[in-house]
Amino acid sequence: MPSNIQDRIALPPADAQKTNMTCHFCIVGCGYHTYKWDSSREGGRAPNQNALGVDFRRQAPPFAVTMTRAMTNTIKDRSGKSWNIMIVPDKECVVNSGLSSTRGGRMASYMYSEDGVGRNRLKNPQVFRGGQWLDTNWDDALALYAGVTKKILDTDGPNGLLYDCFDHGGAGGGFENTWGTGKLMFSALKTPMVRIHNRPAYNSECHATRDMGVGELNNSYEDAQLSDTILCTGANPYETQTNYFLNHWVPNLSGSTVDKKKKWFPGETAAAAKVIIVDPRRTATVAICEQVAGKENVLHLDIEPGSDTALFNTLFTYVVDQGWQAKDFIAQYTRGYDDAVKTNRMSLEDGAKATGISVDKLKKAAEWAYKLKASGHRPRTFHPYEKGIIWGNDNYVIQSALVSLALATQNVGRRGTGVCRMGGHQEGYTRPPYPGDTKIYIDQEVIKGKGLMYTIWGTNPFQTTNNAEQHREVLTRRANIVRDAMAKAKGVSTAQMVDVIYDACKNKGGMFVVAINLYPTKLADAAHVLMPATQPGEMNLTSMSGERRLRLSERFMDPPGSAKPDCLIAADIANTLKALYAKDGKADIAKRFEGFDWKTEEDAFNDGFRRAGRPGVEPIDSQGGDTGYLATYELLRKAGNNGVQLPIKEVKDGKLIGTEMHYSDNKFDTKDGKAEFKPAPWNGLPAPVAAQKAKHKFWINNGRANEVWQTAYHNQFDPHVIGRYPMAFLEMNPADSDSLGAKAGDIVEVFNDYGSTYAMVYPSSAIKRDQTFMLFGYPKAVAGDVTTEWTDRNIVPYYKGTWASVRRVGTMDDYKAKVSFKERRYV
Amino acid sequence: MEDVKLSRRFFLKSSGGAAAAVGGVVIPIQNAHAAPAADVGSTTLPYPKKAVGKARGMPMNQAVPFSYPDASSPCVAIKIGNAVPGGVGPNGDIVAFSSLCTHMGCPVAYEGGTKTFKCGCHFSVFDPEMGGQMVCGQATEDLPKIRLQYDAKTDSVTAVGVDGLIYGRQANIL
Repeated sequence: MPSNIQDRIALPPADAQKTNMTCHFCIVGCGYHTYKWDSSREGGRAPNQNALGVDFRRQAPPFAVTMTRAMTNTIKDRSGKSWNIMIVPDKECVVNSGLSSTRGGRMASYMYSEDGVGRNRLKNPQVFRGGQWLDTNWDDALALYAGVTKKILDTDGPNGLLYDCFDHGGAGGGFENTWGTGKLMFSALKTPMVRIHNRPAYNSECHATRDMGVGELNNSYEDAQLSDTILCTGANPYETQTNYFLNHWVPNLSGSTVDKKKKWFPGETAAAAKVIIVDPRRTATVAICEQVAGKENVLHLDIEPGSDTALFNTLFTYVVDQGWQAKDFIAQYTRGYDDAVKTNRMSLEDGAKATGISVDKLKKAAEWAYKLKASGHRPRTFHPYEKGIIWGNDNYVIQSALVSLALATQNVGRRGTGVCRMGGHQEGYTRPPYPGDTKIYIDQEVIKGKGLMYTIWGTNPFQTTNNAEQHREVLTRRANIVRDAMAKAKGVSTAQMVDVIYDACKNKGGMFVVAINLYPTKLADAAHVLMPATQPGEMNLTSMSGERRLRLSERFMDPPGSAKPDCLIAADIANTLKALYAKDGKADIAKRFEGFDWKTEEDAFNDGFRRAGRPGVEPIDSQGGDTGYLATYELLRKAGNNGVQLPIKEVKDGKLIGTEMHYSDNKFDTKDGKAEFKPAPWNGLPAPVAAQKAKHKFWINNGRANEVWQTAYHNQFDPHVIGRYPMAFLEMNPADSDSLGAKAGDIVEVFNDYGSTYAMVYPSSAIKRDQTFMLFGYPKAVAGDVTTEWTDRNIVPYYKGTWASVRRVGTMDDYKAKVSFKERRYV
Repeated sequence: MEDVKLSRRFFLKSSGGAAAAVGGVVIPIQNAHAAPAADVGSTTLPYPKKAVGKARGMPMNQAVPFSYPDASSPCVAIKIGNAVPGGVGPNGDIVAFSSLCTHMGCPVAYEGGTKTFKCGCHFSVFDPEMGGQMVCGQATEDLPKIRLQYDAKTDSVTAVGVDGLIYGRQANIL
């Protein structure tokens, strides 16, 4: 029986193996080091006796070390040998300078061990048989998968094959895995019926800014140290991009980068930054900014939900009326300005009416962000944004309005500026072009009964999609048709089972569901086959961060059971299909499945990321661009946790040289190099959302919380996190919760025309009356159950926009006894 | 309104039947077998006993500083004013914690108004009324809790151990 010692840990000996690990959770991508050593040994307390070089014979002073029990684990390799591991933040990494977040600081705990947090990991492929999940081997699982796939491909064509697949970096992503899966889906199977991990179609979350010639990751984290003003919209970086905020924003807000600014920008007025935060909700970030910068330097524009476009258009109009726009820049390097001025025109009074922000405050915001500085220079204003816009009221239009404002004031291409998404996951996109010319709302196809087989790859639409209840109900019903058919097929071979499954899908309305993931997840409620994947540390994996910083996270341990990297699973599927077609004598089709002869994830990296843009190579969309080939695993290993910022310019003396800022030369990503303004008229709320608002009292805002990473796929098994949030919380104003008779920790039903979900009430006076905030994507209580099916023109949902009624249904003694309901905002 | 008691089972079921039950599971941390050198045969570290003060004499809702288990480990005791989990004393309201934030070792300050510990370095907040649970912040551990004993005869509160690893140490006993 394992002990439960909480008051000491084993130190890595001085000779412990040390490898690089980029945190695989949020986009920031903090650098960490993994130490691994024989578990029968441990390092001593003297600084020369442990790998951290810290003197543990006495109390270490603050900041001397960041090392907690959560940063340790004991793992076993495939031979059964035990190893201790410790994963601690890297002080030399320019991203985090030794800081850990509450998410990344738990990475070691989340590595697989038989009795640890990861004990519920998928270890082998499984097939749902006889009402339970039973292990099978890869050959069997692949034969079933490829058999059904081939039957559909041959009989119904690629449109029968649906995929829901990650397109990001970090865990469950990375350049190796987006390439492997992309090559399978797009080049080999040629199916357009694909959606992405957090949205119901194959699209971008940044179409507008890209159409305007401004890629969404156009500066460096360091620029946030250099801004005069930060105008942050729909983002809560303390909780969701923690060390970007703590290590780069906070020093600027506190004034400790003033000397740096003077040095970089001689002659310009330099002071501690001011910050404007656009968010209907008072977030933890607002509260902390007030602590750091002083309330007088923080402007919280708590706009009416969904009125962002009105705000930006009002500011844009006011800037133009004041003559603060960058006239020469606009004339030389942009087009479409005059149209945008006309279409986006909104008076201060109309803006105040739409946003609920007073005219005085609107003027103040414009002055902070755009009025020339005392020295006569144009202020350097950084415009970060995230899900408030990405998942806001018409993604395309809000982005058009914001980027137009940033362009008009030349807040792109200059150090200290930028108009950038903050990001969720890290990035890591390398794929063949999408094989379709329209965007397909895959969830609606599922609901309409289309498609025959659905591979859900590293994603969890049951917890994260919009209109989630209807989608889950329909998919589960269709999956159960196949489960019933499989259960009735007695003593059949794999080939016969393929026919049984196909018949249930084709003739009875069923859907064959395969989930590929680290854990069974909620998809196990519906799926027929599960395949086990790996996470960073169990494979070599490259990703890029929100400042396009490419790093290699090195493999240091075996994956659980027979789990494999996603790229090699994709290769296995392709190779199985190739063999089936070759056996059929269909050499032409078999050829489509060639090019997957990869032994390792590095082979996939070399085949995708490093071939993109090379002479004679087929088109590949890659965030590495056409210089990706310069990045070898060997050079990346050497580059360590600082990696290189994409695109790579050159290799000099064995070192990768990258790009800190885009558009410094005012050449934008359009055909003629000119940035393009976009008209962005404000049209109020979309009809289905407005209909819910008319019927239901509470705005159900939703999003992430500091302690939880995405669907809580690891966190749900971690007592530290699940003990804190045993189910999704719903922040409410105390007067509202009182009016429902609900106290802290009581359970409420949240319901509207789309569905119903449950949450744990967390009263907070920081929340306005009639507004709420619900933890998004949680395993218990899915906020998406009450979001509408409405999307923007590119099928990006308005996850943040729904209204619902709330009623108290009961209480959970456990929650009340074990969960703190004190204010989460630092005051 | 009638109070409806809901069980965990209800929620597991109503949330779609999670593949594995969650919550309430203690995860043993195995990477922890650095044996206490001074106390062979013991599975616990040789914590000293140290007087914290007299329960009745303690000021209400104020931080009472002391050090434990040695002079370089600052702690505070709080007489919260209402019974709390793990509280000792005649009213079950006295608790004590290490005052070094588990994140990076900055001192946490007790704020009587909200009854929370706050770290000014990276803004972590801990709740002494809930065993030191992190309310929000960047720590990966709750605040280490000082185990207290109360002797009713003498009204004395004594520190006898620590639950959780004190910041900046390989083991709580140097």
